[in-house]
Amino acid sequence: MNTPLRRLSLVVALLFALLLGSATWVQFVDAGDLRDDPRNSRTLLAELGRDRGPITAATGEVLAESVPAEGPIAYRRTYPGAPSAATWAHVTGFYSVVYGATGVEDALGSLLAGTADELFYRRLSDLVTGREPSGASVELTLQPEVQEAAAAALGDQRGAVVALEPSTGRVLAMVSSPSYDPGELASLDTEQVRQAYARLLEDDTDPLVNRAVAGDLYPPGSVFKLVTAAAALETGDYTPQSVLPGPAELPLPLTTISLPNVSGEACGPGDEVSLADALRISCNTAFGSLGLSLPDGAVADEAAELGFGRALQVPLRVTPSTYPEDLDEPQRALAAIGQGSVRVTPLQVAMVSAAVANDGVLMAPQMVASVNAEDLSVVDAPEPRELGRAMSEDTAAALTEMMELVVQDGTGTAAQISGVDVAGKSGTAEVGDTDGDGSPEDPHAWFTAFAPAQDPQVAVAVVVENGGDAGSEASGGRTAAPIARQVVEAVIGR
Amino acid sequence: MAVVTQHAARSRRGTELLLLVLAVGVAVLAYGMVGLGVDGEWSAGLPQYGGGLAALALVVHGVLRWRAPYADPVLLPVAVALNGLGLAVIHRLDLAEGSAQAPRQLLWSAIGVVAATVVVVALRDHRLLRRYTFVAMAASLVLLLLPLLPVLGRTINGARIWIGVGPLSFQPGEIAKITLAVFFAGYLVTARDTLSLAGRRVLGLRLPRGRDLGPILVAWAGSVGVLVLQRDLGTSLLFFGLFVAVLYLATERVSWIAIGLVLFAGGAYVAYQLFGHVQQRVSGWLDPFDPEVYDRAAGGSYQLVQGLFGLANGGLTGTGLGRGRPDIVPFANSDFVLASLGEELGLAGLFAVLALYLVLVERGLRTAIGVRDGFGKLLAGGLAFTVALQCFVVAGGVLRVIPLTGLTMPFLAAGGSSLLTNWIIIGLLLRISDAARRPAPTPAPAPPGPATSETQIVRTV
Repeated sequence: MNTPLRRLSLVVALLFALLLGSATWVQFVDAGDLRDDPRNSRTLLAELGRDRGPITAATGEVLAESVPAEGPIAYRRTYPGAPSAATWAHVTGFYSVVYGATGVEDALGSLLAGTADELFYRRLSDLVTGREPSGASVELTLQPEVQEAAAAALGDQRGAVVALEPSTGRVLAMVSSPSYDPGELASLDTEQVRQAYARLLEDDTDPLVNRAVAGDLYPPGSVFKLVTAAAALETGDYTPQSVLPGPAELPLPLTTISLPNVSGEACGPGDEVSLADALRISCNTAFGSLGLSLPDGAVADEAAELGFGRALQVPLRVTPSTYPEDLDEPQRALAAIGQGSVRVTPLQVAMVSAAVANDGVLMAPQMVASVNAEDLSVVDAPEPRELGRAMSEDTAAALTEMMELVVQDGTGTAAQISGVDVAGKSGTAEVGDTDGDGSPEDPHAWFTAFAPAQDPQVAVAVVVENGGDAGSEASGGRTAAPIARQVVEAVIGR
Repeated sequence: MAVVTQHAARSRRGTELLLLVLAVGVAVLAYGMVGLGVDGEWSAGLPQYGGGLAALALVVHGVLRWRAPYADPVLLPVAVALNGLGLAVIHRLDLAEGSAQAPRQLLWSAIGVVAATVVVVALRDHRLLRRYTFVAMAASLVLLLLPLLPVLGRTINGARIWIGVGPLSFQPGEIAKITLAVFFAGYLVTARDTLSLAGRRVLGLRLPRGRDLGPILVAWAGSVGVLVLQRDLGTSLLFFGLFVAVLYLATERVSWIAIGLVLFAGGAYVAYQLFGHVQQRVSGWLDPFDPEVYDRAAGGSYQLVQGLFGLANGGLTGTGLGRGRPDIVPFANSDFVLASLGEELGLAGLFAVLALYLVLVERGLRTAIGVRDGFGKLLAGGLAFTVALQCFVVAGGVLRVIPLTGLTMPFLAAGGSSLLTNWIIIGLLLRISDAARRPAPTPAPAPPGPATSETQIVRTV
């Protein structure tokens, strides 16, 4: 009977091998999928039970942190940002038991939670010492005084403000309005969270949307003339003194309509105007004709070099701005003045100014200064990174002078700061009838600027939706320029 | 060829003591760390628990030195380690769920150890059991039928396999595993020659004669009866598997396995067609992640899937004792104790525990190979295979190798009947292994010759 006994023990060994194999499948091979299954409450409980790292501003102010909580979930996320959590809400995002995470909480989620691969070796030592792993802390580049100034200047108006440091691409401020209280969504009372979230979702003003990088894209209006002007100067055929046609109305080829100036008057004597003056007074007909006479693709190429069409992560995901393809002639004229189907994010507009300010070199926008493990060792400290040269130094210098004229004696005088040379450009973007009530909405007011002109420390873009408080009377120069000025003042300390 | 070696028979009781210290040490450490993981301090009652487990282990060890000095030295430490780990996991779930199962389990462990000791002391020679072959058969029938009695029987979680007296409940079917193993061994050791030699050869298989098919048909009908009347898939599979295995051991004929598998497949198919709960188990096994199956109020795959989630979250090294959420899974300390263990001790821990079972089973089979009488071979082989099959059915159900059934992991899972039964199995295997490893009685003094000075053991290689 020993032979069948030996065979039987072989069968037993095979059965156990099958068990070991399937255990390996469940706990190792397929484990990732099983962990990610939404029905697996352990993953969420583990995540919530972890001491998530804090998010701080450039000067160390805590914007988001986990505090011990009573009950089944060990930690609760709080947002102590000043003057209110809402000021920082679109930067930090929220971290919710019910709805997951947004903003930096989402973009750097695995680092904050301590589960990122970059933290592998630290996790390994935690494993050996049996210590509960804790998340890395994230220090942002945003400066509280700039952020606060931007939020205060924008006030209750719908819109967004982005401020960049031109030489590095660091984001100094990013404000989107209206905002919300992320702490409300991070509550451990899930019913309260659901109600708050539903209320925010139903709000027509979309407070949850970060308009600075990820909202519905805006038509840029006349701030786009900077791109057209750069394209013209880059061809070498134009200088700031080049004379352009500037009639009261520019007949558009192939159509019966014509492109008018806002003022209804010609831009200069004899229906002619220099390129510099055209930018200074935001002459639509001059830029429209420039759009018609520039070589095919010149404006599109310049726009691409300035970042249009690029999917950036700063690390928030940035919706790519678009310059339309395959334009016919009237569309090219409209696109040249930022109408038609050109669409931008406020961050993109700030990048245009920043590239001009940085002698033509475009830096990648970056919100993160450093990521530090709990033991304060640096996990990641992003270096300033060039996205490329968007224009020659000469073009950048010429554009700078032209933009200074805009603020000194043009549409942007509201951005003047005594003792500081500010370079800027206004925009008033027609938006058409977006709500379908038969009458066009009030235009968006734009302003973008950088200062000081010869040693730029900040480039800023401001958009105020539908004219803000000024309504139909709004223009970029009147409504948005003062906001840009306050942000610049906050940076250069006046 | 047979190689004759001079081999002094050794009891290996010292080895056993060393392994016992290790087993108790691991179990006590696990029990204590449960408290550390949950509350940050060593588990309360650690001295009582550790002392109790160590005392139980030493009692059996002492009795073995006294009454069965040549018993296998590995069986007892493995059983103690598994029993102790089970207590730790049950204590861990007590902390999570606010229950108090661990003290009960410790009490049942003591009862089980006493039973094993009684087996070793009272049963001087396992061959005595052969006399009770048909008594064992009758006892098996009674034990299996008891839960069907109107007053005594109880239906718990849909299976009518329990009897209850006052607050106590017991699964007599567990004990029936032993009596059936005795009956099968006793019956087949007598009938093996008829069963193995008569019959025609068909396609290389020697088929048994029609009249010899009787016993296997009875066993099949019995296990199907258990399935139908008591709605207990696992036990039914276990009994039938045990019978086929012992039949194969006795006759050495593969045809019995083929016939057994065909009968089992047929029975399973009919059961699947007839019974809703069988269909639910199968669909829960094939498509556990289908929301419809998952959300089904009764007989859905919620338990299985949550068990898999727990295992996945444990990963390679586990969350650490007291740091996972095994309490999310229903029946985490009995049917799904393996998922609890895998979550907190990881794949590594699960491998270690499965390896312990494998060692236990292979030592049992090794005993069967070593023992000289046919009855002992069949009994030891049958008992060892029962443990193996039960492990496979339970672990296979939890790990989604086969459909889930209602069995529990030997020694590990909470449950008195199971613990008592498995300790009795250990007692029997210890007794048989003593017979297997004991040196043959020294022959009567022969005239002085070259080969009489020492005991000889013939080892076949």
